[in-house]
Amino acid sequence: MALLSHWRRNPLQLFAFLAGLALATALWSGVQAINAEARASYDAAAATLGEGQFDQIVPGAGDRIAQADFVTLRRAGWLVSPVIEGRLGDVRVLGFDPLSSPAGFGVGQGDPGAFLEQGQLFANAETAALLDVDLSVVIDPGIAPGIAVGDIGVVQRLLGRDDLSRLLVQPVQPMERPALEDVVPGLRLQAASQTADVGELTDSFHLNLTAFGLLSFAVGLFIVYSTIGLAFEQRRGVVRTLRALGVPLPRLVVLMLVEVLVLALLGAGLGVVLGYVVAAALLPDVAVTLRGLYGAEVAGTLQFRVSWWGSGLAIAVLGALAAAGVRLWQIARMPLLASARPRAWAMTSGRAQNVQGGLALLLLGTAVVLVWVGQGLVAGFALLGCFLIGAALALPLVVRPVLERAESVATTPVARWFWADTRQQLPGLSLALMALLLAISANIGVATMVSSFRMTFVSFLDQRLAPELYVGAASAAQAEAIEAGMTAQGADVLPLLTVETQVAGQPAQLFGVRVGPTYRTSWVFLDHATNAWDEVAAGQAVVTNEQLARRAGLWVGDTVSVASDVMLPIAAVVADYGNPRGQVIIGETLFRDLHPEVSPRQFGLRTDDPGALREVLRRDLTVPESAIIDQQALKAFSLEVFERTFTVTAALNVLTLAVAGFAMLMSLLTLADLRVPQLAPVWALGLTRRRIGQLELLRTVVFAVVTCLFALPVGLGLAWVLLAIINVEAFGWRLPMFLFPADYARLGVYAVLAAIAAAAWPAWRLMRTPPNALLKVFAHER
Amino acid sequence: MTDPVLRLERVEKSFGTADGVVPVLRGVSLTLDGGETLALTGESGSGKSTLLHIAGGLEAADAGVVRVAGHDLTAMSDTARAALRANDVAVVFQQFNLIPSLRVADNIAFQARLAGRVDQGLIDRLVARLGLAEQMRKYPEALSGGQQQRVAIARAIAARPKLLLADEPTGNLDEATSAEVLDALLALVAETGAGLMLVTHSPAIAARMDRRLHLSAGRVA
Repeated sequence: MALLSHWRRNPLQLFAFLAGLALATALWSGVQAINAEARASYDAAAATLGEGQFDQIVPGAGDRIAQADFVTLRRAGWLVSPVIEGRLGDVRVLGFDPLSSPAGFGVGQGDPGAFLEQGQLFANAETAALLDVDLSVVIDPGIAPGIAVGDIGVVQRLLGRDDLSRLLVQPVQPMERPALEDVVPGLRLQAASQTADVGELTDSFHLNLTAFGLLSFAVGLFIVYSTIGLAFEQRRGVVRTLRALGVPLPRLVVLMLVEVLVLALLGAGLGVVLGYVVAAALLPDVAVTLRGLYGAEVAGTLQFRVSWWGSGLAIAVLGALAAAGVRLWQIARMPLLASARPRAWAMTSGRAQNVQGGLALLLLGTAVVLVWVGQGLVAGFALLGCFLIGAALALPLVVRPVLERAESVATTPVARWFWADTRQQLPGLSLALMALLLAISANIGVATMVSSFRMTFVSFLDQRLAPELYVGAASAAQAEAIEAGMTAQGADVLPLLTVETQVAGQPAQLFGVRVGPTYRTSWVFLDHATNAWDEVAAGQAVVTNEQLARRAGLWVGDTVSVASDVMLPIAAVVADYGNPRGQVIIGETLFRDLHPEVSPRQFGLRTDDPGALREVLRRDLTVPESAIIDQQALKAFSLEVFERTFTVTAALNVLTLAVAGFAMLMSLLTLADLRVPQLAPVWALGLTRRRIGQLELLRTVVFAVVTCLFALPVGLGLAWVLLAIINVEAFGWRLPMFLFPADYARLGVYAVLAAIAAAAWPAWRLMRTPPNALLKVFAHER
Repeated sequence: MTDPVLRLERVEKSFGTADGVVPVLRGVSLTLDGGETLALTGESGSGKSTLLHIAGGLEAADAGVVRVAGHDLTAMSDTARAALRANDVAVVFQQFNLIPSLRVADNIAFQARLAGRVDQGLIDRLVARLGLAEQMRKYPEALSGGQQQRVAIARAIAARPKLLLADEPTGNLDEATSAEVLDALLALVAETGAGLMLVTHSPAIAARMDRRLHLSAGRVA
C-alpha cells in the first residue's frame, strides 16, 4: 500500500509509464502484425498454388502449354498435374485438377466432390467481392488474397481457353520414363528451387519494417526507463522507512517487481490494441507496395494473430523489467540509512559518463569494422544498430562541451546561469534527447534515401522507357504482323525476346535486343568497356544488370555462360532499379540462334506520332486497346508503385518522431517537480516566473537545435548505410546519394516545433506556479 | 528625514486551506530604518515567515500598505516586484538558498551582477571573513549546511541591498557555527548600512538585535 500510493500521488508518472510502454508496444506489435499477415498470405498462396514446393513443367517460350502436350506426357509415364492461370480483372484465377495435384486441395477447399461437381469458384471474401462471374463463389478464408481457385475445366471455360499454363510434377515418378525433351521438346523442367519464392523476395522489406518497429520500441522504452528511474528515485525515502520498520529487503524487491509487471502488462495490453489500429491503417498500403514490388498478394484486412500480439506483450514486459532491473539493483544495494532525499537524480557521475562514452566508442568502432567485413543483410542491420545506438549514447558527451563553452563565454548573470542550468539538465533529459536524435536521424536518413531513390528512379525511367509505345501480341502470327506493319509505318521496332534461364548459378532472364540508337543513347551504364553495344550487337558480349552482377560477384570483363557452349564477356553493367531479378542482355541475332523457338511477344515502338501508330495498331492490326501501353502511362504507373512503396516507411517515420516528441514531453513533465527547488532561488533573487518559464522554453529549443545539428551527420551516415549497404544486400543495386538541404532544414524546424510543443505545457505550468509553492522550497525538505 | 527601508501599515494576509480561509496576518504595522536590526519572534504559525515574504515582495498582501526603499509594493506588477528583489532586497532562507547549477563564486556574485553593482573588494572581504576561500570552485551540493548558509549570507551582503531579510538563517546549524554566522551577518550589515529583519525562535539571537517584535496569532503582541 505504502509503495503503491506513489502512483496515486503521481498520476503523471503513472500515465508516462503506461503511455510510453503502450506507444512502444503499439509500433512494435503493429509492424509485427503487418509482417504476420503478409507471411500468412504467402503461406496461403504457396499452399494454394504449390509454388516453390514442386518441380514444374513450363513452356520454353510464351506462357501456354497445349492440352495435347499434357496428354502426351501422361501417356509417356510422367506423373504431372495440369494448372491453368489467368486474370479476371484484378483477380488471379487458378484452375487445377484436385485429384492429381501434388498440392492436394490446398487450404480449405473442403469436399473434393463439391469442388468437382458443382462448378464453382473458391475465394476469400475480399477477393470474392471483386469477382464478376456467373458462377457461384464459395467464401473460403484460407485461400490466398487476390486468388480464386476452381476445377480446371471450370476455369478453362471461364477464361475461354482450352490450353494450360504449367504442369506440377509429382515428387515420386516412375523409374522408367523418357526424358522430357524427347517427349515434348518445347517444354522445360523448372526445379522447385528455381521458382521465385515470394517470401524470400519480400524478406528484406519485412526486415526493414521490423527495424523500424524496433527503433520505435527503443524510443518508447526510453520513456519507460526514464519514468521508472524517477519513480524509484523518489521512493527511496519510503523504502528506507519500510526497511527501518522491519520489512525485509527481498520482500520489497519482489513487491516492486510485481508492481512493474502488472503495470507493464497493462501498458503492453493497451499497446497491442493501439498496434492493431496502426497495422489496420497501414496494411492496405503495405499490400499495394508488396504487390507492386514483388507481385506478392497480401490480404488488405488484419486478423488478430497470437504470433504478433504475444510477441508484443512479451517484448514490452521484458523491456519494462529490464528498465526496472537497474533501479531495483540500486535499491537492493542501498544502505539502510542512505539519504532519503532523492539524490540529484538529474546528475550522473563521472564514472557513468566514462562508461557511456566507452560504450559509444565500442559501438561506433564495431560499426566501422562491420562496414569493412560485414556480409549479408543481417550484418547490414547490425551495422545500422551499432551506428545509431553508438551515436545516441555519444550525444550527451558531445552536447556537454558545447554547453560548457557557451557558459564560459556568457557575460550576463542570467545568461551564465541559463547555460549552467542547461548543462545541469542534460543528464535528466539525455534519454529523451537520444530518442529525439534517433527519430530525427531516421527521418533524415530515410528522406535522403527516398529522395535519392526518386531522383535516380525518374531519370532511370526516362532512360529505360524510351519507346513511345509498347505493344503485346496474342500469338506469333500477330507478332509478325505487328513487326511488319509498324516497320512499314516508319516506326523503329524494338522486339523484346526473353527466356528464363540460369546465369552464373543465379536465376535470370535472358533478353535479346535489337541494338540501335535507342539503346545506344538512352541506356546509361554503371560501368562499361569501350564499344559495348557494338560487341553486344555482334554477339560477342553481354550486358548484365547490377543485381545479377553483384549477386554473382561479376563485373565488366568477367565472362558468363548464356548457353551450354556459349561463354561471353560482360561488356557493361546497367542499373535496373526496382527489379529484384537478374537480367542478361544479348544481341537479337545471337538470341534467335540460341532460342529459335522463341518469338517476340512484346515490342517497343519509337515514333514521332504515337497517336497515329496506336490507331493503325487498333484498326489495321486488330490489336486490342488493352495490349497497347503508352510510355507516359507506364511511367506514371511505375512512379505510383514507387511512391506507395515508401508510404509505410514515411508513416512509421512520422510516428517515430511523434513518439520522440512525447518522450520529451514526459521527461519535462516528470522533471518539472524536481525543477521547482532548482528554480525557486533564482525567482527569489529577482527573476519573474514568466521569464523563468520563457527560459525553460528556450532551454528546450537549445537542446532541440543542438540535437538536430548532431542528427544531421548521423542521419546522413544512416542514409549512406541504407543506400550503399542495406540496399545492395537487400535488392542487389546501389543508389547514388544526393543531398537535400532544404528538406533537412524543414525537418529541423519541425523537430524544434515538436520540442517547443512538448516544452510548452511544463513551461506554462511553471509560469503559473504560485509564489506560495515556490516559497515552500525554502521551508520544507522536498 | 529619509524614508525607512521598510514600512508596513495594517498588513493583512489569509490563506485558503481545506478547512476554509485562515487569517495569518491581522493588521500588522512596523517600520525599519537603514542600519537597524529587528528580530521577529513568535510561535510556529504566528505569521513570521509570511510577514518576511511580504516585506521581500515574494508574496502580495491582501490588504494594507507595504513600502520598501520608498517603493509601494501594493501596486507593483510581478515584474516590478522581481526588479525590486534584484536591486533593493536580499533574502536568506533557512535552507536551499543556493542555485545548484552555479559554483560558489558565481552564487555569491549572482545578485550583485543582477543588480549591476559588483564590488569585487567587498566580495573578497566577505569570502575571507566567512571562510569560503577554499570553496569557491565547488558546487553547492558539495558543501555542508553551515557552509551553504555562509554562501547565502555572502551573496545577500555582496548585492548591497537596502533591506536584508533572514528567515531563521541559523536554524539548521549547531550552536558554535550559528554564533559564527550571526557574528558575520551583523558585522557585515553594520558595514553596508542595510536594514535587517531576522526571524528567529532563539531568545539569544533576538537579544542581539536592536529591536524585537513578537507576533502572536497574526498580530504584533
